[in-house]
Amino acid sequence: MSDIVEKTLTALPGLFLQNQPAGGPAAPKASFSSRLGGLVRGITALTSKHEEEKLIQQELNNLKATVSAPTTTLKMMKECMVRLIYCEMLGYDASFGYIHAIKLAQQGNLLEKRVGYLAVSLFLHENHELLLLLVNTVVKDLQSTNLVEVCMALTIVSQIFPREMIPAVLPLIEDKLQHSKEIIRRKAVLALYKFYLIAPNQVQHIHIKFRKALCDRDVGVMAASLHIYLRMIKENSSAYKDLTGSFVTILKQVVGGKLPVDFNYHSVPAPWLQIQLLRILGLLGKDDQRTSELMYDVLDESLRRAELNHNVTYAILFECVHTVYSIYPKSELLEKAAKCIGKFVLSPKINLKYLGLKALTYVIQQDPTLALQHQMTIIECLDHPDPIIKRETLELLYRITNAQNVTVIVQKMLEYLHQSKEEYIIVNLFESILVLNTVDTYAPDNAWFIQTMNAVFSVGGDVMHPDIPNNFLRLLAEGFDDETEDQHLRLYAVQSYLTLLDMENAFYPQRFLQVMSWVLGEYSYLLEKEKPEDVITRLYKLLMNDSISSETKAWLFAAVIKLTPQAHSSNLVERLIQEFTISLDTCMRQHAFELKYLHENIELMKSLFPVDKSCEEMVVDASLSFLDGFVAEGLSQGAAPYKPHHQRQEEKLSQEKGDFFHETSSLKLEGIKKLWGKEGYLPKKESKIGDEVEAPPIPQENLTIENMDQVITKRDQSQVLTQSKEEKEKQLLASSLFVGLGSEGTINLLGKADTVSHKFRRKSKGKEAQREETTSAHSVTCSSLSSLSKVTCENNYLNTFSQLLDSESLTELPLVEKLSDCSLSAPSLFADNDMEIFHPPPSTAASVAKGISLYMHSNLMEVCNNEAVSISSYKIWKDDCLLMVWSVASKSGSELKSANLEIFPAENFKITEQLGCCLPVVEAESTRNFQYSVHLEKPFTEGNLSGFINYQLMDTHSVQLEFSINLSLLDFIRPLKISTEDFGKLWLSFANDVKQNIKTSESQAALPSALKTLQQKLRLHVIDIIGNEGLLACQMLPSVPCLLHCRVHTNVIALWFRSSCSSLPDYLSYQCQKVMEGS
Amino acid sequence: KGHLELGSWGKRFRTKSRTLHSVHVLQMRFMLLFSRQGKLRLQKWYLATSDKERKKMVRELMQVVLARKPKMCSFLEWRDLKVVYKRYASLYFCCAIEGQDNELITLELIHRYVELLDKYFGSVCELDIIFNFEKAYFILDEFLMGGDVQDTSKKSVLKAIEQADLLQEVRARDSEEEEE
Repeated sequence: MSDIVEKTLTALPGLFLQNQPAGGPAAPKASFSSRLGGLVRGITALTSKHEEEKLIQQELNNLKATVSAPTTTLKMMKECMVRLIYCEMLGYDASFGYIHAIKLAQQGNLLEKRVGYLAVSLFLHENHELLLLLVNTVVKDLQSTNLVEVCMALTIVSQIFPREMIPAVLPLIEDKLQHSKEIIRRKAVLALYKFYLIAPNQVQHIHIKFRKALCDRDVGVMAASLHIYLRMIKENSSAYKDLTGSFVTILKQVVGGKLPVDFNYHSVPAPWLQIQLLRILGLLGKDDQRTSELMYDVLDESLRRAELNHNVTYAILFECVHTVYSIYPKSELLEKAAKCIGKFVLSPKINLKYLGLKALTYVIQQDPTLALQHQMTIIECLDHPDPIIKRETLELLYRITNAQNVTVIVQKMLEYLHQSKEEYIIVNLFESILVLNTVDTYAPDNAWFIQTMNAVFSVGGDVMHPDIPNNFLRLLAEGFDDETEDQHLRLYAVQSYLTLLDMENAFYPQRFLQVMSWVLGEYSYLLEKEKPEDVITRLYKLLMNDSISSETKAWLFAAVIKLTPQAHSSNLVERLIQEFTISLDTCMRQHAFELKYLHENIELMKSLFPVDKSCEEMVVDASLSFLDGFVAEGLSQGAAPYKPHHQRQEEKLSQEKGDFFHETSSLKLEGIKKLWGKEGYLPKKESKIGDEVEAPPIPQENLTIENMDQVITKRDQSQVLTQSKEEKEKQLLASSLFVGLGSEGTINLLGKADTVSHKFRRKSKGKEAQREETTSAHSVTCSSLSSLSKVTCENNYLNTFSQLLDSESLTELPLVEKLSDCSLSAPSLFADNDMEIFHPPPSTAASVAKGISLYMHSNLMEVCNNEAVSISSYKIWKDDCLLMVWSVASKSGSELKSANLEIFPAENFKITEQLGCCLPVVEAESTRNFQYSVHLEKPFTEGNLSGFINYQLMDTHSVQLEFSINLSLLDFIRPLKISTEDFGKLWLSFANDVKQNIKTSESQAALPSALKTLQQKLRLHVIDIIGNEGLLACQMLPSVPCLLHCRVHTNVIALWFRSSCSSLPDYLSYQCQKVMEGS
Repeated sequence: KGHLELGSWGKRFRTKSRTLHSVHVLQMRFMLLFSRQGKLRLQKWYLATSDKERKKMVRELMQVVLARKPKMCSFLEWRDLKVVYKRYASLYFCCAIEGQDNELITLELIHRYVELLDKYFGSVCELDIIFNFEKAYFILDEFLMGGDVQDTSKKSVLKAIEQADLLQEVRARDSEEEEE
């Protein structure tokens, strides 16, 4: 510190002298400079932060007085501004000076104005309200005849300018594109670029002028225009393909040294310009052979010309390689580019090595053999002392992972995780690990999988995204395709957790403990040697540990509850109950009481907590109909009828405001803890834990190392013999890392090797699972409560609704007018089916058109075919039912006899045949339709209709062909046309509600477009739009209504569903989210 | 069939890795100059950032950069950004860019800025920048506009600055004469 002070002090006089212009006005200037100088010097001389604070506060107080004093001249103000900037830079608040900065820019002469503008650009940000006060000044300066003023105005505009004020200056800036001075034209182009970034629509009309700027005789202006082009081409490359020739020519001239010498940078011609052009070419040539061909020559020249003598040529080379690999490939160029990458990777300079790895990472997806060429370098980088090199190497390895090297790579990643302290990197890295572990199906065996996940959870448990443990649990619960294999996996998990818990003085993150407790609760029954009591003992120890968060304790308690019915002796459970029924934690106390009462009836408990049923659907009677008797009794004794919370709220509001339709938010629920949610516990917070029980631990590393060894021995060892020990180790590592990449193996590079078992692919549990995923943070379903009683929502509609239905016939819905755009948008509903669109022969089309054109229908889709017939089907969404039409078309040359189609009866549906299905002869190339009406009997989430057709060909015996088609609940959703008032009445009478916020991009935020999407894709009826709120209604066939209230905030749409049926709002909110996020 | 069933979890990660290296329009996020002692000398933010966030970022980043050893790579991953830094005597020049950008050219950009400062001040030292930081800002604004390189010609950047300086001096003298 002291030498700096000294230097400062000795340098000061010289500095002031240097700054003084010769002659007269030296005196005042020196005094101004010395004020900043004095401040700086004063601060430097101080030794403590506290003293600095004091000094700056004093300085700021002085400044505050000075800037607001009326006698302060602009010149003094300018000087004050400089000191204010300095104070802000040191981290002190100088906001009182902002307005004066604007004033200074407005009123000062050039000298002062420049400082004023600078202060504004440093003090304010784009959305600052004071910025509006600057607009007039900018407009004035843009019109000035003084070049410097115009330049200043353009500079500030391109730095910060309020978006809504762009129209005020846009014409002025457009004019500047024709200015005689190139510096003005250049700045104008950049200002427009800035506008393009913040408000692209506003500059759309000047695209043609950008072209002029591209052809400007001044290189600077042309270079500036490339910024805009890069942006525009990135958004829509196809619109600018015609410019490819121009860009190529420009690049040729630049590379060929045709530019003025002062654009050279260390004798390399205009490197920034070159890089910009290379990026543009990369975008234009992507997946486009013809365009790419135009640029091969110039790219080749660029690669050749860039002589490797300076960093900047490497920078260009790097960009060039990137472009070569982005465009349509040409082997010659690829070869040269690969050589370049080699130069980077092998360079002793660490910066170049880093870029080499980065380039490899990019290129490796297209050419994995490159990794093989450089494997030894990569191995060296893996142990590089600089963590960023390691990090990039891991990223590279991540991209070459396959079934054979996954163990080693994950091992390396975990090592890095143990060392790294950067949270962002940790999160990123084990996301990669998890992908490798689970999604990409590389995991070699159960033990490895569980051990790796254990390692991940123990290292990163507290920073990871909560989805990760949840998904892991779901994976475990839902299992893979093989049930015995699943049980092994679960058993292994249970065993490994018990071992971990038995380790002395081990600390695990809360999330990991939660995972453990869930798994132990669910799958301890698989243990053969240990009894449930033993598991409960361990859980009990954890529960008594003070360092465990109450959220985790809730998980632990749930596990105990699940295990209790399986246990034979109940001493421990009773002790637990005793302990926690007097707990100060209300949540724990409630659990304890729950357990206490359940414990009194073990049989009931057994039925409530069945073993291994975590994946079963839970059916809950939300209407609590089993209480009807109790309620009736209460009412008969004069109790007031129950009003649901929202109804009370509405009544209260309507009393207050005379307006019934408001969102409710006054009742505060924050203090009350919600214990059980739909999917299990709803817990919170975390801390640290420890536990102490001794038992032989399973060494964690064991299995991974064994696997690694196996992989290594697979490779030939001839090369290994001659090298030193260290070299050998590296070779070994290399061979295990790059196994499966080489040409000798001719293994499907990077692709998933077919030898891998597919057991780690998730088994689908239908849409239900996906819905849980998106809607709930705690998606682990608890197996309890599942068998309480059945849904009885259909009994639940209210008289008001049936009256409504009577008064207005539903068949009059104005569907016809929407038919055209609906059938266009229909495929999006069925995009999941992934089927070819079948083009119906004219006769089918005609019959479709004739009979049912009144209703919306889906496209014709082929469901199955063979050499003789093709069966396709489509859905017609009739008002009262779903009409399925299967159309059987015989192919040319074959004649069908006695074709017969039958549909298997299906759960949830009532299927009725519409017309005669039997026909004697289907002539060649003719079609025949079978129609079935499908009525909904029970709400469902995923349905399926299957059936078969049998027919006889002329010469053969009968052939049977099976098919099936998916049905979605959406097929049974119809618009419900009611008035706003009826909506209000119905709204209050429905008990089941679901709220959801959906983020949308800005373009969607407009309510009408969102509503239109819902109307077209989900067939909701738009009743009314009031300001930023929208009312919609629909019904599930035969007549279960559901209402939707939408409200738009800035870019969030708040959806609020209500219905008499409990599952419908959930389902619809999921569908809404899907269509709105998808569109 | 397996791939269709990955669920959104898998999909999320897949998209993450796919977009990682797509070409972006690259804009510099901010530039900082600070001393070896951790004193901020200049800061320029090209993306609207709240005051509190700025202070936090500056503090954190200074710590990270100052802890680096001299022979280490000039690039580092920090939050979701790539930081490119270089030390000139007692002063660190530090730019934050997006991960897809070209780190090497950013390093050269820093160097070009130092060259410009050097030419303007005549063998620049930290003190020049401390006492004339507004000049350093003017030069930066002339060189980078909104985080993009405005002019690669050293001559024209300095010409613009000198022109403005000159006009200023003349005006300043005029106005002072008027005052007298």
